[in-house]
Formats: sequence, structure tokens, C-alpha cells
Amino acid sequence: MRLTRRQFGLIAGASLLAPRAMAQDWSAVTDAARGQTVYWHAWGGDPKINDFIAFVGAQAQAQARYGVTLEHVKLASTADAVARVLAERDAGQTSGGAVDLIWINGENFAAMKAQRLLLGPFAESLPNWPLVDVAGKPAVVTDFTLPTMGYESPWALAQLVFEYDTARLPTPPRSLAEMQRWITEHPGRFAYPQPPDYLGATFLKQVLHGVIGDPTLLQSPVDEAVYEATVVPLWSFLDGIHPALWREGRAFPANEPALGQLLADGEIDISFAFNPGRASAEIAAGNLPDTVRTFVLDGGTIGNASFVAIPFNAANREGAQVIANLILDPAVQARAQDPAVLGFQTVLDMAALTAEDRARFDALALGVATLSPTELGPVLLEPHASWMTRINQDWIARYGTVQ
Amino acid sequence: MQKVVIRQGDTVLVALDARVAPGQVLTVMGASGSGKSTLLAGLIGTLPRSFAMTGRILLDGTDVTMRPTRARRIGILFQDDVLFPHLSVGGNLGFGLPPGIPDRAARIDAGLAEMGLAGFAPRDPATLSGGQRARVALLRALLAEPRALLLDEPFSRLDTDLREQVRSLVFAQARARGLPLVLVTHDADDARAAAGPVVTPLGLPVAL
Amino acid sequence: MTVGDRLLRLAPGVTLCLLAVPVLAGLAGTLAPAFGIDPLSGRGAGLSAFADLWDWPGLRAAVWLSVTSGVGSSLLALVISLGVVATLIGRPGFATVQRLLSPLLAVPHAAAALGLAFLIAPSGWIARILSPWATGWTQPPDLLILNDPAGLALTLGLVAKETPFLLLMILAALPQTDADRRLTVAASLGYGRVSAFALTVLPALYAQLRLPVYAVIAYAMTAVEMAMILGPTLPPSLSVQVVLWATEPNLAHRGTAAAAALVQVALVIAALGLWRLGEAVGRSLLCHAARSGWRAARADLALQPLLLGLALAPALALTAGLAGLAVWSVAGPWTFPEALPDTLTLQTWSRAAPGLWQAATTSLTLALAATLAALALVLACLEAEHRFGLNPSATVLWLLYLPLIVPQVAFLPGLQMLALSAGAQGGWGAVAAVHGVFVLPYVFLSLSAPWRAWDGRIAVQGAALGASPRRIFWQLRLPILLAPVLTAAAVGLAVSVGQYLPTLLIGGGRVETLTTEAVALSSGGNRRVIGTYALLQMALPAVGFALALALPRLVYANRRGMGTG
Repeated sequence: MRLTRRQFGLIAGASLLAPRAMAQDWSAVTDAARGQTVYWHAWGGDPKINDFIAFVGAQAQAQARYGVTLEHVKLASTADAVARVLAERDAGQTSGGAVDLIWINGENFAAMKAQRLLLGPFAESLPNWPLVDVAGKPAVVTDFTLPTMGYESPWALAQLVFEYDTARLPTPPRSLAEMQRWITEHPGRFAYPQPPDYLGATFLKQVLHGVIGDPTLLQSPVDEAVYEATVVPLWSFLDGIHPALWREGRAFPANEPALGQLLADGEIDISFAFNPGRASAEIAAGNLPDTVRTFVLDGGTIGNASFVAIPFNAANREGAQVIANLILDPAVQARAQDPAVLGFQTVLDMAALTAEDRARFDALALGVATLSPTELGPVLLEPHASWMTRINQDWIARYGTVQ
Repeated sequence: MQKVVIRQGDTVLVALDARVAPGQVLTVMGASGSGKSTLLAGLIGTLPRSFAMTGRILLDGTDVTMRPTRARRIGILFQDDVLFPHLSVGGNLGFGLPPGIPDRAARIDAGLAEMGLAGFAPRDPATLSGGQRARVALLRALLAEPRALLLDEPFSRLDTDLREQVRSLVFAQARARGLPLVLVTHDADDARAAAGPVVTPLGLPVAL
Repeated sequence: MTVGDRLLRLAPGVTLCLLAVPVLAGLAGTLAPAFGIDPLSGRGAGLSAFADLWDWPGLRAAVWLSVTSGVGSSLLALVISLGVVATLIGRPGFATVQRLLSPLLAVPHAAAALGLAFLIAPSGWIARILSPWATGWTQPPDLLILNDPAGLALTLGLVAKETPFLLLMILAALPQTDADRRLTVAASLGYGRVSAFALTVLPALYAQLRLPVYAVIAYAMTAVEMAMILGPTLPPSLSVQVVLWATEPNLAHRGTAAAAALVQVALVIAALGLWRLGEAVGRSLLCHAARSGWRAARADLALQPLLLGLALAPALALTAGLAGLAVWSVAGPWTFPEALPDTLTLQTWSRAAPGLWQAATTSLTLALAATLAALALVLACLEAEHRFGLNPSATVLWLLYLPLIVPQVAFLPGLQMLALSAGAQGGWGAVAAVHGVFVLPYVFLSLSAPWRAWDGRIAVQGAALGASPRRIFWQLRLPILLAPVLTAAAVGLAVSVGQYLPTLLIGGGRVETLTTEAVALSSGGNRRVIGTYALLQMALPAVGFALALALPRLVYANRRGMGTG
């Protein structure tokens, strides 16, 4: 079942007609999906996320109307799954592939889409799609400025927030300039993950957003003619803070959990995460002291959505669509937003939900360290993926070999 | 042994042409390194490839020269008794007894009793004295029903009294069964007790 | 010749093919992109991938790091393991060392690295225990101990893992060197322990130790998991950079990764060549020392404690690091500088239990399959060697060690492509087969020496009693050599359980073992869950080694001649 965006718009507009037309096509999908085992390749570095995926799997199996078994293939890096699909394509395997569903976004999505490694469009024909807040949360259809075109389906929203321990740091810096001053005045107490790690690169983009003259430049691909001049303020910002970083910038934590561990171990005073609910969830799990709080920078922080996509040669593509749809189920979304579970922001539109489903979200406690939606402030859209590639490359050339 | 010659390269180590009658003992004497063990290896068929052997080995008129060790039916008693350490005394003897023979346990017990070792079957060989081990080794070789027996200085590890005892036991048993015996030794007492012809590995007679 | 005999005769050839073909084919498949032969890169054949590699600013540092940490750790591990044997041989402590060896050997690289990382980090256990009373630290100091640019932490980790392996190899080779009598003679001539060992036993010993040492060097130079956890990151070691490039999403660096893998192979070859030169120098030094008659009796007194101290440091570090992981796995809140967690809880274990159970079952099944197959092949080879008087040439031995010497990152991606084209779709069997490629050399390594050292007169005696070669094999040789056979199986089990890259690549991520789970979790840094997986990952091979020790004692409880009672 393939629907163009226009067709979808027509169906969604004719609200009376939509459910029936969908139901017919969708029942073909669920019929084919029954009994399939879906291999979901997703990063396996966080037990909380692993538990959540196991919960989704239990739902898929338990609900009599699906009968789909979900296997979480835990990856150290999403690129492993991309490489797998690519290897299969090279070997001429155009069906029966090992990867059914990938947790993906940004660079990986751009690469797979450009290489025509994805099945689609499928997202906008999922029965739960009308619940997604396309208008209020543009990040659910724009992945690093790249329109998703239905080739991936969103499942969670993330936004950059900074974390600090009030017991050690009563008033954190609230702007980039303040942060730069604070870092140089407190040598060794700040770190960021080593690019090209995702969170590390996000920190670079956040800084770039703050120091660049015209942030709208970031929404188009890198223009080589003016690139060098545009990023000069970024490098001078980094040159300023590097000598005062943790380990004087001679070593960097590997990723978000490693950075979080440094805060937990008291090696640094400010860390950050791409998940506003992470701090509360870590406090609940006993990994962080309950004096930890979060903050955002004046003017907003970068945010984006996490997606699932289906490779072109997926063996269990129908089952994969069932899972993608199930993740958009209000009950599942509410569970993901529960700070005790994941603390991920939902992609759904509260206004589109039934009163009963809305109540699930209203019942959620925010979590001791989580900011309310208003406190989180404006979400800055991700720059075009070419910026991240280019900045990572230059970062490695400038700072990647200190020895 | 018909014109058995064993060479390594150009050096002749063994040159023997002899017939050993049933119950008779041929003693081969010589200093270490004189080719005694080479001769034994040639007789049982375990010569390393670097050696070249010519001539024939006949047992009761049958040529066994080209047969593998297991098919020659030539028993051997080594300097050390070489009892299999993982098997009990009975297990060692059972290993020697040809398959298909009925009443195995009874045969083993009878053999042990004959050797003055009644009731030893379940024992661990490592707990036996030197004389007992030598007797078990002999019994094991005999139970395999060999047509000839080779002795590789089998008494040299035993002290004088025991040595005498074991030696006469071996000779008596071989004679009783009519087995031709080849004894390799550097000990003149052994050679004298054997009461047969004494030669060097190169076939020269030795005066005791 | 019976059919069985003919099959047996083929065993060595078949085994070598099973080892060499996947490695060489994989190598070709991986390296083709280095010369631009890659449908995806869109550029023609040429050397541009090497040009890209040359332009990478970190190349020199990464190469230097691979060489120093790899060769340095191997040299240190060799000196330590030889030192331990020289100092303790014939003393009561020697038995203790032998007993401690197996559990240390069983620790997978990833678990060892994670344990060490927690131990020596500025916020680690050592700092916690000494703070604040001795150090005055109320928060962790900003010291670059882990991931240090010189790779010292990485070298320490490699030494801790390689020493037990080399010790095992030395113990296997020692019986054939007539060490006891040589040492007694040397001692009666007035030589000290260490010099007596170096001058009389070492030359014979090293001849048998050479290939294991080469395998250690090759492994240490190309280790991935350990270098990721303990090594520097600016830049990382060459092997880690190969993996980073090979898994980059935009695929532009596949050629660079292949070129770097080729450089990695060349580096290993060069290092082995250099080592070979070192061997010649060492030999002539030893000969010179022997001729000079220098007894070194006094130097000996100083050398012995020094060598033992050197040996104790990595062993203690490893043990303490793993103990730290064990504590983390039951820890409630635990902040710096508390030496121990405030509360203990089984929550981590109970949450992880279902996953742990599943992964452990998969690990064990794979390990048993790979080990049994490898054991059967090795036994067939050794038996064929014995029965047909085959004499393995140097080339044959090199082929046998191919999977250990060719860097994994250089042939596994190509092998993955091959497996896909052949229709082996990341199945369980394909993974077990690839595990077998790595397990077999280790099984051969640990079994061949005791197998060949077996008292041949027992076979002659058996044959003289009319036993067929088959009967001699099954009823004499195999049962008598039960202990070394089981030890070799335990080594194989440990090797299989520790495999990461082969499981991930060939299994397409679907085959989840304790090791793939532990490494996936390690990128998340959650020490509590990492602790549970690392402990279980270690427990599995440890049980194998315990069985290998206990079973022969049980079976031969009343056979003093088997050296067990």
C-alpha cells in the first residue's frame, strides 16, 4: 500500500472516509504481519531503553490483533545496521534481509535514503499517523532539514538540556557567553563527548547556532564559498574553552552515557543530554543524586525527533509497520514519556487524542529534575546534515590529534 | 631373522642372521648406542623413517616383515613396565587379552593367581611394587598370546634379589609356552641366565 | 587403507583449508576497496584511498600507538611470564600460579578492560579508597590516567590479559625442555635461578613459544575492544580507527578503512620482522653470557622479587577491577569518594536476569559447538600426524596461526560479504563456524604439546598386544590425555565466549551473546549492568576450566599414575 502525501492529505481531510479506506489496506498489512518476527536494530547502550523496547515487544505479541514477535538487536552503533543493509545490497540480497526496523535519524537516515536503502513511503499511511502533531512539532517530518517523505516514522522527541548538581553548583550559566566564562573560571569541570559522537556534534551545533551571525544559513546545505568565514566564531569559542576542559581537552568522553557517568562520579559539574527527562530517570534509578537539576540556554536549544525506518529488503516489512504503528499508540507514547520509564517527549498532538488518552499524559509526574514544556523554551531546528559532517571533519583535523 | 640389516645413512647398526627355536633365548649384548633398541624397533615394526631395513623376519615360517606392529603378534617387555596408568591392573590385563575370549575376568584372575598376585585385579598399578609391576607386565604380554617375546632390558630397574626371581619367571613362562625369546641387555648376568647364544647387534658372538 | 584411514589422512589438509580459506578470502574482500575496487565509491581503481589515509593528521600517532602498545605489552608480558616460571619453578608457589592461571585466562578482554578502567580512573576505586583521608580529594582530580595519549593504560590492560595466556603456553611447553634436570645441573654449577633458567631452559623453551608470542603481538597491535575502552581517542589506535571508518554512516571512508586495514597488516608483519631480529640479538647475548660463565647469583636475589612484583601488579589489578565490577552490579547509590556503595541491592541483577539468561544460553551453545568441532579436527590432525608420520612444516604452522595473526578488522568485513553471497544469512551455524576459525588454533596450541609429548612406548606396547591404531587412540591415548584434552576444550570455550567482532558481523547482530551485549552496554557506561554481563561472561569460561580440572581428578580418583591423586 503506497500513498502519496497528496492522497494522504485527501484522506485525512475527508475524516469520515479515512478510517474505512485505511482499515481495508491496513488489515492486509496486519494479516501478513501475523506470526512474523521483527528484528529491530536499535542502539543497546541504555538498559532503560532496552526495557522499553522489550515492553513494546510484549505489547505486539500480547495484543491478539497483531501476533508479532519483536526481537531487539542491540547495537553499539546504529551505523552497524546501516553497514549490514549495505553489505546485503552489495551481495545482491534484495529480499529477506536481516534488518526489519532501524532506530534512525540524521546522518544515517540521509545516507540510507540517498543510497535508496529504505522502504517507503509508509509512515503517513499508518493508522495512528493522524495523531502525530505535524503542525506543532515540525521536527517529526523534518529530519535535519531533510523532509522525511514518509520514509521514516517518528517515535520520540528530544531536546538538548544541560544537567548540573545544585549541591556543587547553585546557579548555572544561562547563556553561551556565561558558559564560556564559567568554563574558563572552573578548569577541568566541563566536558563534551568527542565528535563525531552525536551528542558531541550537537553541542558544536548549539554553539554554532549561538555564535553565527545568521542562523538561517544552517537550514541550507553548507556553502563552501562562505563556510570558512562562517565558522570562525565557532573555532574561536572552542579554542577559548579547550584548555579549561576536563583533562585539558586531551581526552573526551565517548558519548552521552559516558558524559553522564562523569557527572555521576563528580568528575565534572555540568553535563548535558539529548533528553529532557534523562536526569529525572537517572535519579529515579539511583544513578544520580537527587540534587541534580536541568536547565536550557536563553534563546533555546537544539531538538529533533527519533524515527524508525524499514530497509528496502526487510524480510518482515509488514510486521515492522505494525511495530512502527504500535509505537505511536497513545498508551505506548505515554509510557515513553513517563520519567520513571524513559522521559522522552511524545510526538503526538494532545488535541487529537481522546479524553481518556489525554488523561494518561496528564497523569504523568514531570520528574524532580525535568523542566515543564514552557520552561524548556523554544526548540532550535537541526541544521542541514552537511553542517554536521563538515564540522565533525574540521573538528577532527583541528583537535583530533593532540599528541 | 634372515639377513636383517638396518642402516641409518651409510652406517650399519644391525646385521643379524639368526634362528631362535621355541623356548630358546637369543641374547643381544652391547653398550648403549650400539643398535640394540634399533634392532627391537625393527623386530616389532616401529623403525623411524630415517632407518632402512633389509632382510626378513619369519615367525613359525610366516613372513611378518611388512606387517604392522599389531598384526605381528610379537610381545615386548620394556625396561620400565609401561603399565597403562589410567587403567586398573585388571584393565591392563584385559587390554592384552584378545577380544572374543569368554570368561575374561576368570582368565585374568587365574593369570594373576599363577603369578602370585591373586586378587590384584582392581588395584591401581601405581600402588604396586617394582616386582609386582614387572609380573603384571609379563602376564599382560602373555595373555595377548604372542608367538615371540622381546625383552628390552626388562630387569635392569629391579634390585638384585627381585631381578633373579622375575628373570627366572619370565624364562620359565616363555619356555613353558614354547615362545622364542630375544633378550636385549648390557648385563652379563642376564645373558648368562638366558643360557642361549649371545651376539652383538652386528651378529658377532660374545664371550661371557 | 580403510575409508576411515583415508579420511584421517585428509584431516590436516581439510583443517588448514577450513582455517586459511575464510581468512584469505575475507582479506581479499575487505582489501579490494583499498585499491578503489568498490561498486559504491564510484571511483575507478587506484590509490586515492591511500592518499586519503596519508592526509589523515592522526596517522603517525595512531601507527606509533599500535606499535608501542602492541610490541611493548607483548615484551612485558613475555618477560613477566618467563620471570614467574624461572622464579617459582620447583617451589610450592608454582602450583598456586597454575591454579590462578585458568580463571585469569578466562576473563574476556572487554570485561578485563572495563574492570581496569573503573579501578584506575581518577574517580575509580583506588582514588575512592585513598580519598579523602590520604589524598585530600573530595572530588575526583582532573588527571589523565585513563585514555592517556601514550597508551599506558592500554598497555597495562594488554599485559594483564596476555601474561596468563603466555604462562599457559610456557607450562605446556615446559615438560619437553627437560627443565628440572637442566636447572638442577645449572644450580649445582653455582648458577642463580633466573640465570640458570635463561641459559639452560629458555633456548629450548622459546623455540616452542615462538608462534604463540607472534599471535600475542599480532593481537595486541590490533585489539579493538580493549583499545576502545582503555586507549587514547585523539587519535585512537589504528585498529579502532579502522572500525570507526568502516562503520561511518556516509560510506565515504570505506576505502580509507580498507587502506588502513592493509597498513595494519603491513605493520604487524614489520613488527614481527623486527621482533625476529630481536630474537637473534637475544640469542647471541644469551650465548655470550653462557660462554662467559657469569653465574649472576647475586643479581638473582634482586631479580626474583622484582619479577614477582612485576607479575603481581597486573594480576592484582585485574582481580581488583573485576571485584569492582562485582560490587557495582549490586550497588545502590555510590558517589565519590565513598569507598563502598551506601546500600547493596539485587535490583540490577533481577532486571537483567531474562536478558542475561538468554545471552548466556546462546554463548554456551555457540561455544560448545565451535569447541567440539575444533577439538575433533585437532585430534584428527594430531592422530594423522602421529599415524602417518607427517611432520608439519613451518608453512603449515603459519597457516594454522593465520586467523590469530591477520587482524580481525582486516578480514571479517570481507568474510561477511562472502557469507551473504553464499546465502549463509547470519545464522547461528555461520557464527559457530567463524568462532571455530578462532577457536581451533588455540585448541591446537594448547593440545599439541602434551599430545606429542605422550610416552610413545605406551602405543608400542599396545600395538605389541595386538591393539589396532583405532583402539590405541580411543582406549589408551585419549583417556590418558583426558586432562590436556579437557583443558584445550576449556581454552576453546573461553575463546569462543570472548568473540565480539565475528559474532556481530557474521551474525548480522541477531546472534546475541554475553560479549556482544556487554560491549553494546559498555558504550552506555552503566557500570551496574556492565558488571552483571562482565561477571557472567567471565563465569562461563571459568566453569569450563573448573570442570577441566575436576573431571580428570574425579575419573582417575584412584589412579596415582595419572598424577591426580
